[in-house]
Formats: sequence, C-alpha cells, structure tokens
Amino acid sequence: MSGYRLAAPHGAWLDRTRPLQFAFNGQPIDGFAGDTVASALLAQGIGFVGRSFKLHRPRGIFSCGVEEPTGLVDIGQGATRSANTRATDILARNGLLAASGNCWPSLRFDLAAVNTRLARFLPAGFYYKTFMWPHWHLFEPVIRRMAGLGVAGDGADPERYDEVSVNTDVLVVGAGLAGMQAALSAARAGRQVMLIEADVQPGGWMASQTLRPGSNASARLDAARRDLAQVGVVVQPRTTAVALYDHQLVTAIETFEGASTPVVISERLWKIRAQQIVLATGCFERPMLFPDNDRPGVMLAGAVERYAAHYGVACGKRVLVAAACDSAYGVAQSLVAAGIGVAAIVDRRSATERGRDVNAPAGVQILHDSVVVGISGSRAVRSVQVASIGGGGWQSIVADVVASAGGFTPNVNLYSQAGGTLKWRAAESMFVPERGLPGIAVVGACAGVFDLDAALSHADAVGRMGPGHVMPEAPCGGVGQVPADNQPTAAALAAHKPKAAKQFVDLQNDVTSADVLLAARENYRSVEHLKRYTTMGMATDQGKTSNVNALVLMGLATERAPQQVGTTRFRPPFKPVTINTLVGGRTGDRHRPLKHLSARGFHAARGALFEEFGGWERPAAYPVPGEDLMQAAERETLELRRGVGLFDGSPLGKIEVYGPDAAAFLDLMYVGTMSTLPVGGARYGVLLNENGIVFDDGIVARLAPHHFWVNTTSGGADRVVLAFEEWLQCEYTGLRVFIVAMTSQWGNVTVSGPNAWHLLEKAGFDALLAPSAMKHMTLRESAVQGFAVRVLRASFNGELGYEINLPAARTEALLQQLWDAGQELGVGVYGIEALMIMRTEKGFIHVGADTDGTTLPADVGLARGVDKKAANFVGRRSLTRPAGRDPDRLQLVGLLPVDRQTRLPVGAHLALRKPPTVAEGLVTSSCFSPVLQQPVALAMVKRGRQRIGERLQAWYLGKMTEVEVVATPFFDPSGERLHG
Amino acid sequence: MMTIPCPWCGARPENEFHCGGTSHIQRPPLDCSDATWGDYMFNRDNPRGNHAERWRHTYGCSQWFNLLRDTVTHEIRAVYQMTEPMPQIPSDPTP
Repeated sequence: MSGYRLAAPHGAWLDRTRPLQFAFNGQPIDGFAGDTVASALLAQGIGFVGRSFKLHRPRGIFSCGVEEPTGLVDIGQGATRSANTRATDILARNGLLAASGNCWPSLRFDLAAVNTRLARFLPAGFYYKTFMWPHWHLFEPVIRRMAGLGVAGDGADPERYDEVSVNTDVLVVGAGLAGMQAALSAARAGRQVMLIEADVQPGGWMASQTLRPGSNASARLDAARRDLAQVGVVVQPRTTAVALYDHQLVTAIETFEGASTPVVISERLWKIRAQQIVLATGCFERPMLFPDNDRPGVMLAGAVERYAAHYGVACGKRVLVAAACDSAYGVAQSLVAAGIGVAAIVDRRSATERGRDVNAPAGVQILHDSVVVGISGSRAVRSVQVASIGGGGWQSIVADVVASAGGFTPNVNLYSQAGGTLKWRAAESMFVPERGLPGIAVVGACAGVFDLDAALSHADAVGRMGPGHVMPEAPCGGVGQVPADNQPTAAALAAHKPKAAKQFVDLQNDVTSADVLLAARENYRSVEHLKRYTTMGMATDQGKTSNVNALVLMGLATERAPQQVGTTRFRPPFKPVTINTLVGGRTGDRHRPLKHLSARGFHAARGALFEEFGGWERPAAYPVPGEDLMQAAERETLELRRGVGLFDGSPLGKIEVYGPDAAAFLDLMYVGTMSTLPVGGARYGVLLNENGIVFDDGIVARLAPHHFWVNTTSGGADRVVLAFEEWLQCEYTGLRVFIVAMTSQWGNVTVSGPNAWHLLEKAGFDALLAPSAMKHMTLRESAVQGFAVRVLRASFNGELGYEINLPAARTEALLQQLWDAGQELGVGVYGIEALMIMRTEKGFIHVGADTDGTTLPADVGLARGVDKKAANFVGRRSLTRPAGRDPDRLQLVGLLPVDRQTRLPVGAHLALRKPPTVAEGLVTSSCFSPVLQQPVALAMVKRGRQRIGERLQAWYLGKMTEVEVVATPFFDPSGERLHG
Repeated sequence: MMTIPCPWCGARPENEFHCGGTSHIQRPPLDCSDATWGDYMFNRDNPRGNHAERWRHTYGCSQWFNLLRDTVTHEIRAVYQMTEPMPQIPSDPTP
C-alpha cells in the first residue's frame, strides 16, 4: 500500500497548522491535529497494521469509522493501555503510543502465522470438535494464548472518568443532514433538543461527499449548521450513543482523547432520558465478497472517499473500485477530483442495472458484469485479477487499493436494542426498520431512506410530530439496484482462481464463506446458532460490516430469503466501552464511601487502627508500639475485665417507634414479646424474616407507653428500618405506628467493666444510675451537662455495662471527659476485635457470623421466645416447616481444641474423619481468650447440643485439629459479673 | 431502565427504586398446611402482560406503592396505593 498525504486544501477536518507525532510499534508517525491514528498511518503509507484473530493473516485498515474490524491497536502502555481500540476511531495526539496486537515476536515476523498454512484444518467449530478429550479445559489456556487480540492494561487506570444524567424533550442521535433536519424541526416546534454526534464534526455521509464535482454538499452543510445555530441547538461531538434501554433511556460515551488542552477527563458517560428519540445513525457500507478480500489495501469504498475528504489522505496511488452499487461511481468521482488514480470500476451488475445518471469519471474504465477473483500480494495489494461473471477470460489490473462497494446496511443497532423489528428490501438488499416504536423514530439512511430530499422531508415530519404520535412511514430506497449475492460466480472463479485463496465474511473473527456453508451443512440453520458456531459477528465490531453478507450466504445455502434467515438481536453496547467509563468516578475511596464516627479524632489520638465494619470506619483496636492487632485486642480485653473500658458504639442501629399500636407492631416483628415491657424496661429480641431465618437482633426499650427505642446490630440498622417500613406500609397497614431512623443522630458511648459505675460517678453522672438503683436491662433518661442522654444498662461482653446514648455531636466530648476522669482508674479503650473476643468468651451470637441464611432461632438457642409466645410474629409459620423440625439441624455450641493450645480457624469444617467425608458442622467464631489463657471457639454442629463432650476433627486447608464440643459460656457461666 | 412515576415525587429513574415483587398476595393463616404456606412463600405467577407489583422509592420518599407493568413492553399502565385494589386494565393483545 502506498498511501500519501494530499496537498491542502484537501482534508477538511485537519488543522495543518498543528502537526503532531506519535509512535506506532516504535516507529514515529507524523500527522496533524484532527487525524485519526488510522488516517495518519495511511498518510505515511502504512497499510499493514495487525494480524488476524485466528489465522494470524496480515490485516490492514478496512473502514473509516466505528465499524472497523481489523485496524485494531493497543493504545498506551502499562496502566493506561487500552486494548483492541479501533485505529479509525481514535484521534491521534502527540506522544501517543500505538501498537499492533496479536503478533509475536513482531508484526512482520509472527510465529503463529503458521496458522495461515494450517487454515484448512481450522474450520468453524474446529476447537470444539477437536479438543474434547479428555477435557476442553486442558487445551483452553494454550488456545487462548494463540488466539485473542491485544493485551489489557495492567494496573489501576490513573485517568479520570465522569458521568452525567440529563433529561430532554427530544434526543437526536446522529448529526448527518437528516438528524440535523429532525433536530431543527423539533426545536422550531418549541421542544428542547439534544443532538449528539459520534464524529468530530457533523455532516455524516454528506460531509464526505464534498469532493464530488458539482456537489453542493458544503453549501448544504453550512446552511444546516447555520439553521441549527439560529434555534440554539448545539451539536455535541465525539459522543456515541451505545445503548437504548426501556422508557427512552440512552447512554452515550463522550471521549476527550484528542483534546489539545491537558486532559482532565478521559471519557464521560451520559445518561439521557428523552420523551422522544430520533435515531439518525446512518448506515454502514457492505463489502463485496471475493477471494483474499482481507488483504491490507482492500477497503470500503466510502472509507477511501472519507479519508480523502476529511483527512486529505490518498489511501493508494491506483484504486480499483469493486462494486455492486451505484455509490461506487460517486466515490470514483471524488477520488479523481482529488487527483487519486482510479484503475477501473469493476461492476458486478450489467450496464442496465446501473442508475441512469450514474457515470464514471472521465477516462475511467467500467468493467460491467465483472468481479474480482483474486488479489496478488499478501501484506499489500499489488494487482487485482478480474474476470467476467459469465466466465471466459480474465485480466490482471495493477492497483494498490481495492475500494469495495457492495451496497449499504442501515445502522439499526439502537433500534434493534429497543426491540424494533426489521424488514428485508430485496431491491437494495438491505434490512430496514419495519416501523417506528413508541417514543422512538428513525430517519435518514438509518431508516433506509437514501434519497436526500425524501430523507429531509421525512426528518422534518418526524421532528415536528408531538410526543405519542406515530412516526410517518419512511420513504425507503434511493440507492439504486443492489444484488444480495455479490460473490464471484462459479464461472468467473473457473476462469481464474488463485491457489489457497480464502473469501472472508467476517474479517475480525476470520470467518470465511466456507465456514458459513459448513455451518449450514451441519444444520446450524438458526442465525443465532450460526453466530455462535462460527463466531461470526462477535467481538469488538459485532459484525457491523459482515452480518448481512453472512445472512445472504446462509440464505443461499439453505434456499431461504434473508428475511427468513432473520437477524440476530443487537445488544448493548453499540461499540466497545471501557469498564472505567461505566465505573466513572466511583473508584478507590469513592467506590463505597465509609461512614465516619463523629469521635474519629478521639480514636485517632488513642492510636486507633481503623477498619471497615458494616459500612462504618471503626477502631478495630488501639495498638501501642510493638503490638499487633490481636495482641492489642487481648490487652484491651484484660484492661476491661479487670477495670473499665470505653467503646464507641455509635453505629449501633437506633430506631424510634411511636404510636398507639407500637407495642402490637413490635410483637409482630420480634420473636420475643415487647408489649409486656414496663416503661423503663429493656429486652433482648430476635428478628426473623418470613422464612423464619434470624436476620437481626438487639435490645428494645420502652420509653413511654406508646414510645419504644429499638437497637439493631450496627450492620443491620438500614435493613431493619426498611423491613419495618415494608411490613407497616404493605401488610399491617391498619397499625398506627411511626418509625424514625435515628442511627446517625444518636452517638453511643459504652462504658463497661467492674469499675464502670465508679468511672461514671467520678464523671458526675446521676446517682440514680448506680447499679444498686438501676437494674440490668433497664433504661433511664437522664442529663449530662445539660443535654439529654438515654442510659441503657446492658452488656455484650458480660461485664457491668452502661450504654450512654447522646446527641452524636457530643460523643467525642463525652469520650474525652470519661477518659480524663478515668485515668486514676486505669481506664482503657477497646475496639471491635476486643468486643468480638469478649462476646465469644460469653457465647453471645453475632448475627451474620455465627448465623447464616439458613439459621432458625432454635439453632442458636433462642427457641424460648417462640415457645413462650402464643401470638403470631413474622417468620413463625416457617419455623414449623419440615426442614425446621429436622433433628439433624446445625446448633450453636462451644468448641475447644483438645490440646487447649491450637487456635481454630473460622470456617474450618468439622468431621469425624479425614475428608472427603460428610461435614458435621463448621467453626463460626474463634479467638484466644486472654482471661482464660486458651483458645475458644463457637461452632454450628449437627445436633450440637446433644453432643457436648464429643470429640471431632476440625479440618482447614488440609490441617487437622482435634476438638471437643462444650457448652457455653466459656467465661463467668453464672453471669455474676454483669452486676459489677 | 424504566422511568417510574412515584405517586409522591413524580417521574424518577428506576435505580432510585426497589422492586418488592408481586403485589396483592394474601398471607394464609398460621394453621394452614405446609403446602399452602410453601405456595405463599415461594410460588409466583410469571404472566405475559400486566403484572401488579409493589415498589419502594428507596432513594426518595421511601414510600411503597403498587404499579401495573406490562412484562413484555415494560409499559407502566397504572400506579396506585398499597391499600387500593388492582385496577382492571386489559393486557395488550399478544403481538
């Protein structure tokens, strides 16, 4: 291939005052601002850019847009590398690094190119048929290394991404002349219009026809832009609609990679909701099929014209136009006008099938009833063999580019995503949208309307129609006669057939005509099966240029019209979208923002090691120098059990439940009975879902006859509120109850240990809170320094404990005050790890750790509430299902290592013998008890409560520890310490 | 993605909502058979056409409401209160 840059003024989209340079496979490439990577490569005479997916054949740049099947390059390196991007769709910029994928060790000398020689042994389904024994997975890694395309980035992407949501009356997708007309008419009708365009500039197909002699394309484009500017419609460029979802939601990707200023944002995801969507997405050119049609230098004819018009690039010095469509003649006119040599127009059709006013440029020979039957050259086209469809002689024509014009395929991707159906038009051999959809209209080439005046008047009518109206029927046609079958005839191939030539249908996936015929012979008749069996239409281009040819071949092989063969349903995205763009700014700390404690400063000053617990960033422990996390937690445990400790329990779920029916409501929610609580009393309760599964627990206190204070687990605060609301709003709609979630309004400072009251007394708390005056599981409303507090005597660690609930903003001050007051008492602070040690020592369950999605209350020793209660509550009926009565259910028990030394890993499986065998249960909580000076654990064991004293084996990662099933609690079984 | 007309907040995108499944299901009494209870817990109709379901505007007013949705087209045919009966609107004829 011998492309070159045309002199100015050719290249309407270039800024020749701003030269740039980038690297392709290490070689410097010069270009101008406005160039794509592909146009700059072509201008430098580089046509061979990659190797194919399966056969490793040399491949070049085939198109001039998003449909590109073969011109795929990896952009960037390391963390910023983006694999398999279309060189035709990426703007060149200074310093950009581009590289070919799928070749090793280099593009020119590729070892796997031996596959080309083996091609006859690699038909459709080859891998599936061959690598079945003993198992596909044995071969898969090797095959994946051989196949495949580029290499993914290998680190966290440092670039920034953005997301924006907008609403508009009308969204027009595509700013060709039809789209601009629809936008203009809608805006003139007083509607808010958004117009997005995938390209750098509006104009669509018309913009590439500016070179044609006698064309008024430039004038029309200028007029359309002027009109739009007058009504205030802005064309938003470089924005590709990639998906169309229910209720007229379009997502679009805006790219900034060619920006001249330093890039702040790399890509932006648009979510656009519109009352009315107008699809003006144009069409793709359909290539001709002929032997060796994949050689670098074989290109779509419209692309060759676009490169000349937009980028001032001649793709070659002598272009042979292979056609079955009138559009080829206009391309030839453009090329000749730009000074590019045209060798001949080879038209498969007869002269009578050619449009009446369609003519070749002066001096260019037309060969009618003729087809390309071969290409000389493997990494570039050197000459083209042409034969008559009736057979007989053949000739070789010197050319370095074959411009392939086999008709058009309306770009119905978004229309099909929205559920639109297609109809086949035999005259033009194209699938067009059958009709408009509710809220979605199609105009221009996307609707199969190629006559410009017809397209504009249709687009005008669509633009003017109000919401809810039915789209006027599209006046399809205007592109002349196009045959469905554009392959060389048997007679032509008999005249001349190059050895071992392959005729490709899908250039990206190396699917040949023979593969399609093989699939048909093997009875893969459904188009969906054809696609999956041959891989036709898959990967980055999704068959934009290949699908129709494949369907036509399938139809020929099975004697069906393309309409009967049908099309595959298009699915999002229309073009590849980077995961980063979908993720947007939600990375790192912003991926799942944590809630911070209001007393964070106090904890940090004590040396807290923060970790995430249930969406909160909380102190796991407060290690002093030389301590690791668990050493710190064990020290904190001892400080508390011997004296007094402070704990920030603010994330504890807090819900106010008000109303005359509050007590009745809580009776329905909890296994226990709350309506019998006296004012000031508190009670532990378990919440079940309707399956009877334990889903949360906590303490409920009564503040007044109609007012309860509900505590939930820290991680369960949100879901308990939601569950309460759902039951109230959807099921028990007659109950007069209000629920207010107060978790973040109330802080919680928990003071516990034998000296807990001494500390509170020293800090000036009311004597009515003394253990002698206030019983365990009661609540007092009190005041500290003038603000209201709710003090609950409760304990999750087995010691005398006070939970002081107070306005969240006061938490830090109270912690500091108690810390200062407690220095003589040796007050400590403890984190979550110490709390978990202490509740394990006490055998208290931690919902979500000891329980899972199968745990019933009886399994964890909470059946008493069920048995004592006559009334209904959520989950009750499910407890009596056969599974709930199974005697083999897992039950919560204690577990000790027989040697009293080995710590048991959480998750270890319990068994009677070495696995593989049946598990008897699993370890759910485990720690080293500093107060008992031995490891202790909780476990869920089959029939566990009947197996106290039995020995089991705990297996974890192949290691076994002998264990003994014991009763809990491990520490202070009589519970004396609760009373201080 | 659907646009759902919340009766309190107006039309909002679907990702502000949570779907609570089929609406108008009657809870059987406590003394029902295991089969009846299992049916209530786990078996749901999967109609082609209108489907009454309850939704919560989680990231809005947090209120539950019913809506009648066409399972073929996702068209929302009616929005009504939790305590109201299902409106009698025919499904579209099967295309």
